[in-house]
Amino acid sequence: MDSQASNQSRNPELAKALRVIVGSDAVVTDEEALRPFECDGLTAYRELPLMVVLPSTIEEVQRVMRTCAQQSVPVVTRGAGTGLSGGALPLSDGVLLSLTRMNQILDINDSTHTARVQPGVRNLAISEAVQHLGLYYAPDPSSQIACSIGGNVAENSGGVHCLKYGLTVHNILQLKVVTVDGELITVGSEALDAPGYDLLALMTGSEGMLGIVVEVLVKLLPIPPVAQVVMAAFDEVERAGDAVAAIIGGGILPAGLEMMDNYAITAAEDFVHAGYPVDAAAILLCELDGTQDEVDSQIAKVEKILTEYGATDTQVATDEQTRQRFWSGRKAAFPAVGRISPDYYCIDGTIPRRELGTVLTAISSLSEEFGLRVANVFHAGDGNLHPLILYDANKEGELEKTEELGNRILELCVEVGGTVTGEHGVGVEKLRPMCLQFEDPVIEQFHAVKAAWDPHSLLNPGKAVPTLARCAEFGAMHVHQGNLPFSNLERF
Amino acid sequence: MPGRDDIDRLVEKVRTSHRNSEPLRICGSGSKFFLGRPIVGSVLDVKQHTGIVSYEPSELVLTARAGTTLREITKALTASGQILGFEPPWFGENATLGGTVACGLSGPRRPFSGSARDFVLGIKCITGKGELMSFGGQVIKNVAGYDVSRLMVGALGSLGVLTEISIRLLPRHELETTLMLELDEKSALDEMIRLSGLPIPISGLSYSSGLLRIRLSGTENGIASAAAQIGGQDDANGPEYWLQLKEQKLSFFNRNQILWRLSVPVTAPAMNLGNDCLIDWGGALRWVYTDKTDQEMFEFARQLRGHATVFRAESYYQGERFSQLSGVVADLHTRLKSSFDPAGILNSGIMYSNV
Repeated sequence: MDSQASNQSRNPELAKALRVIVGSDAVVTDEEALRPFECDGLTAYRELPLMVVLPSTIEEVQRVMRTCAQQSVPVVTRGAGTGLSGGALPLSDGVLLSLTRMNQILDINDSTHTARVQPGVRNLAISEAVQHLGLYYAPDPSSQIACSIGGNVAENSGGVHCLKYGLTVHNILQLKVVTVDGELITVGSEALDAPGYDLLALMTGSEGMLGIVVEVLVKLLPIPPVAQVVMAAFDEVERAGDAVAAIIGGGILPAGLEMMDNYAITAAEDFVHAGYPVDAAAILLCELDGTQDEVDSQIAKVEKILTEYGATDTQVATDEQTRQRFWSGRKAAFPAVGRISPDYYCIDGTIPRRELGTVLTAISSLSEEFGLRVANVFHAGDGNLHPLILYDANKEGELEKTEELGNRILELCVEVGGTVTGEHGVGVEKLRPMCLQFEDPVIEQFHAVKAAWDPHSLLNPGKAVPTLARCAEFGAMHVHQGNLPFSNLERF
Repeated sequence: MPGRDDIDRLVEKVRTSHRNSEPLRICGSGSKFFLGRPIVGSVLDVKQHTGIVSYEPSELVLTARAGTTLREITKALTASGQILGFEPPWFGENATLGGTVACGLSGPRRPFSGSARDFVLGIKCITGKGELMSFGGQVIKNVAGYDVSRLMVGALGSLGVLTEISIRLLPRHELETTLMLELDEKSALDEMIRLSGLPIPISGLSYSSGLLRIRLSGTENGIASAAAQIGGQDDANGPEYWLQLKEQKLSFFNRNQILWRLSVPVTAPAMNLGNDCLIDWGGALRWVYTDKTDQEMFEFARQLRGHATVFRAESYYQGERFSQLSGVVADLHTRLKSSFDPAGILNSGIMYSNV
């Protein structure tokens, strides 16, 4: 099929108009050149956009939006394309607005401890640029080398340190946003709050549905002088879970608190040789940071708690090299699992921590029921559970089976009072689980919120919030929070 | 859990008011009635909807009905060594959680550990149509759906009647101490900026009457080494000072004059107003008494790249209470308000004439 020709002919007038705005090299319509934009980090979903437009300035974004709005052409905004829920999946009849050329750090302010950056700036690049001032940008999603701050805002990205330092929403002060009509607005402020409704919070995590983030004022924090990690092994997952509760209930706020089950431990150890005990049912990694004095007293407390709660082994990384080694296994957990299985499917549910034992037991039963292996990686501090379902996409029907298992796990997360997505976003991938979590009037309210910003639904249409019709299709398995009592869990 | 579930009555009352387009004035204990523009409406009393619904210290989360008093919540938290991280002002013995979250005010700890909205994880509310809805949840990480919970914080009840709130908690610091440095205003502001950039456990930076007060919260060792680094002298009345600052009980606040709240970047210059200005939030919050007109003050704040609020005013004051919004943003407010409250019955006009 000659889709280049078809792409060109489908809306040559629009391409021409947009080239006038952004320059001819910044409008891509050639199929081969469009190909890299057909998906984001969720590669199971692919679509070629009508065209890709790469503006370099706020004014260009405004003019592109005015043109698209006038012609009722939908627009999908894309940052670095590392998202895991298909939020930046193109629309075949829409413009893909890539903000990668807006990649400048505009200002670093050593007095206000802020940096003003364009949306295409990479997350880690901010911390690198301010390191010499003893400052850093706290949210550290695992993709921080590649992901952009604009995408972080759209997804409200977290990271392993979010229990103590918060999510994107807690670490930004102000946004410049281009509306669907091409108007430029400022939300938030250079002060610590702003008059009117908290549109900064509403924009954060809105997945490109409400407006286009074109500038971000981020908050910078002093780099903690010391960070140390304790690793503890347990012969039962539940004990590790109880230890987590005891640490937090004991008044300690770790900078990071991660858990891996045996399957994930083995995969990671085989891959990067982090020195994990491969016979442990679970390990905990607990990072404490602050001044040396603070860290010393907290490490002592944590070690005591871990031992009390039955850790079979605890090790403190006393030097930076060991600390990095301990983390290397956790950070490599996903690719490590990728090595032992042709494909894996990552679930992103969040649960109240106290339900960990129940949920892991139920996942284990589901895993048997579906005949699919599941490795569990858990942000134990914040309750975000990432079961990785191992499957083979080349086997007939296995992807469908995997998705079904994924939905059952998310159903479980909702039943115990959690959520279907902790950090990856809804995108296109979790529209169906959204119906599990929210009742119809709430979904209608979400649509009303979008309509307040984007009345004709031109910004990333079809993502993030399911239509009620779609939820009705799934009606058979509708499980609203509370309607299915907790006691039903043993059916798994 | 003790308490009283008054939800059916509340929902019914909002439904009836929606049908009749009858304006409502949402009321907790009334401790913060002085905030915002004066409004009329029949009283919707939320203070009977009470009780801590769930509190699991190891989860660092508490869920309570909106009418629950901060007194009751604080009692429960203290027993488990935890605190509300945004150090909310009560402004009254019976202040409720609902009112606190709806007003979105935060105390001296705010720049260092976060604001009211930072700690809200989920809410239940009754929209203007009388529908009871649940947004967010009880978990720290949650990106399913728009963040309506945080949108409600500081909306002064104009988008929904808050009926239940899940809030994130912090462990209580082991120890707290206050240091004092005698400085002029400009040097104090510079020092606050310098200290804010250091990795030390600061939990309050305030300046009044020629004294910079620095509160440290943390472990015994951590505080000792930070204190050695900062110098200055111990303020034995530290705890009392921060409480009176938060509750506006310091003698500074005891004046029959408009109290202006200026929220500005920390780099905003010294105002040299002497005893007419008190600084909190490490320089980002300036409480001011002035003879300037409201328009002059709103403009002044705008020039400082911040905004101004008429925080407390005498009843004769007829002007606006908050810095005005730009055209497009004001329109967005109108449309958002109407999406939650189409008949415009919930605390309408409390923030601006359109919301």
